[in-house]
Amino acid sequence: MSTPPRHSQPDPANPFAGDQTRIQMQETLMRWLLRIGTLFVVSVTVAIVLHIVIKGAPVAFRSEWPFVNVKFLTELPATLHVIQDNQGKIIETDVNGADAVKKQLGANLRQEKTISYSGGGILGPIVGTAMLVLVSVGVALFLGVASAIYLSEYAKHGKFIEMVRLAILNLAGVPSVVFGLFGLGAFVLTAPVFTNIPLDRSVFTIPLGFTTLSFQGWDTCVLSGGFTLAFVILPVIITASEQCLQAVPQGFRETSMALGATRWQTIWRAVLPFATPGILTSSILGIARAAGETAPIMFTAALAFKDKLPWQKDQLPLPVDASWFAHWEHSVTRFLGIFTESVQALPYHIYTLAARIPQNEYSERAQYGSVFVFLVLVASLATTSIWMRRRLRAKYKW
Amino acid sequence: MSAPQSANSDARFIQVEKFNYAYADHQVLFDVDLNLHREDITALIGPSGCGKSTLLRSINRINDLVEIARVVSGSIKIDGVDLYSPEVDVISLRRNVGMVFQKYNPFPRSIFENAVYGLRVAGIKDKWELEEAAERSLRIAALWDEVKDRLHSNATGLSGGQQQRLCIARAVALQPRILLMDEPCAALDPIATARIEDLIAQLRGQFTFVIVTHNMEQAKRIADKTAFFYKGKVVECDDTMEIFGNPKNKLTESYITGRLT
Repeated sequence: MSTPPRHSQPDPANPFAGDQTRIQMQETLMRWLLRIGTLFVVSVTVAIVLHIVIKGAPVAFRSEWPFVNVKFLTELPATLHVIQDNQGKIIETDVNGADAVKKQLGANLRQEKTISYSGGGILGPIVGTAMLVLVSVGVALFLGVASAIYLSEYAKHGKFIEMVRLAILNLAGVPSVVFGLFGLGAFVLTAPVFTNIPLDRSVFTIPLGFTTLSFQGWDTCVLSGGFTLAFVILPVIITASEQCLQAVPQGFRETSMALGATRWQTIWRAVLPFATPGILTSSILGIARAAGETAPIMFTAALAFKDKLPWQKDQLPLPVDASWFAHWEHSVTRFLGIFTESVQALPYHIYTLAARIPQNEYSERAQYGSVFVFLVLVASLATTSIWMRRRLRAKYKW
Repeated sequence: MSAPQSANSDARFIQVEKFNYAYADHQVLFDVDLNLHREDITALIGPSGCGKSTLLRSINRINDLVEIARVVSGSIKIDGVDLYSPEVDVISLRRNVGMVFQKYNPFPRSIFENAVYGLRVAGIKDKWELEEAAERSLRIAALWDEVKDRLHSNATGLSGGQQQRLCIARAVALQPRILLMDEPCAALDPIATARIEDLIAQLRGQFTFVIVTHNMEQAKRIADKTAFFYKGKVVECDDTMEIFGNPKNKLTESYITGRLT
């Protein structure tokens, strides 16, 4: 216990006067320290966004109609050919245009450079990321909501449940590259498939008579990558869903049960409908996370380069007189085939452009263009999430 | 539930016998004996934590939802059927024993959907049957005239008193024989409280009411019988006039005169 410093001679006119200079200095110092820290964070954020916008926006936008670089958004990545003539004029073209330009220039050609992946557009990565997100969020929502409902509504409190919760929390802390290796082992190399001719590397096979269930993996494809990403975002979805379920008043459950509902009827009619807005909102944040991860898809789904979209696959044409069943089977196989293709993905494409090829102004341009588009996509997802939460909160209040 | 009808079933419609109840190792009801008459309004009074709500919530077994709650010994019978015997289906028990909670809590859905919730979970899909039941129960709860033009608007837009009457409508839609009310007016203002009390008085004879209340005046106004609980035991149970006019037990007297802490 220390006594506060006092004036030796109290001022009779002002009994509240005090020797405050040290405390005041401390106050000012702390305020400025905190202010500078905050300003630093804000300025770094602004710097990042400005950097990407300044370097990336010119790639994605045009100064004349239609103002958007359509080619960049609708073409697959390609090798860029840069040809320079003796007058120093630079012509950018693709592999097909390069021959014509060279022929036209003849002896006037000074040099030709080729830059991988930096021509064309980024449609392939956009489509790939969209498909990966679709599969992962579908799988993660189903598994996540199911386990959140079990944990929140059915499970009895006890040691076991505490262990489960701890495991989920730990899952959230696992580095994403570990998920990538797990996906490689589990989905790419061992997941079960129906096939008539099992591969030699199959872990084991179960003959079913008409076909064989072979644990030989799904190969690198959208399905493998999507499932791997699902496990990355699963902890987020479980935790958020459980919180949303807990936020539904206990009275709703009691009332529902008192009116003769079973536990499942209660969950379906009196709990889940009111938790759904929150669950959906949080799953959108899961989408942003899944879209951004690179490591989990490196070994499971993503290719550095692919010159076809997933549905542009060669398939044997049907005979002219094929039955309706053959047609139906053909379309189903074709549809499922989309998900068993490997794809390009935005984060992996950016990594390829930034680290896997020689750097120059052309690769940098493609790289910042991709980063800019990626940022816009993720930011619009986050905005949608906030907007949805606001709207649904207003609708479901109790 | 098929119930055997005995000669004195009216006098012992709900029969609580040597009922002991505990939350884990903490016993809250001790040897409770209570006979509630058919079509009576019985008020359960007593200080907080005396076990009256626990007893009420044991009559429709809604307390089963509390993980650590358990019956230690004894029984509760309705028309002679032991509610805790394995033959009793808890779902059909709850359809026969309606409950209204302290905090009015209609679902954030339409008034109509709230009124027919119990019928919907019972599997009734017929539109006419649901509409008829909704009107009937809203009329019983004296709410029909106020909401008949906006049946499909959200129930959370109603006033507190209207919401509580909607909860009563929701409970009576299943045509239960017994209505349990856990401090039904505790969250309401005096005017809304008076309307609920009027409603209960009007419904006298249609249902057997068991009402937990902290409001002594309310017990005096509406109850035929009153049971006074203290520390998990029934101290006294008698006609309301007797309890408040001529209490036999010193504890009862000091509680109703506000001297018991």
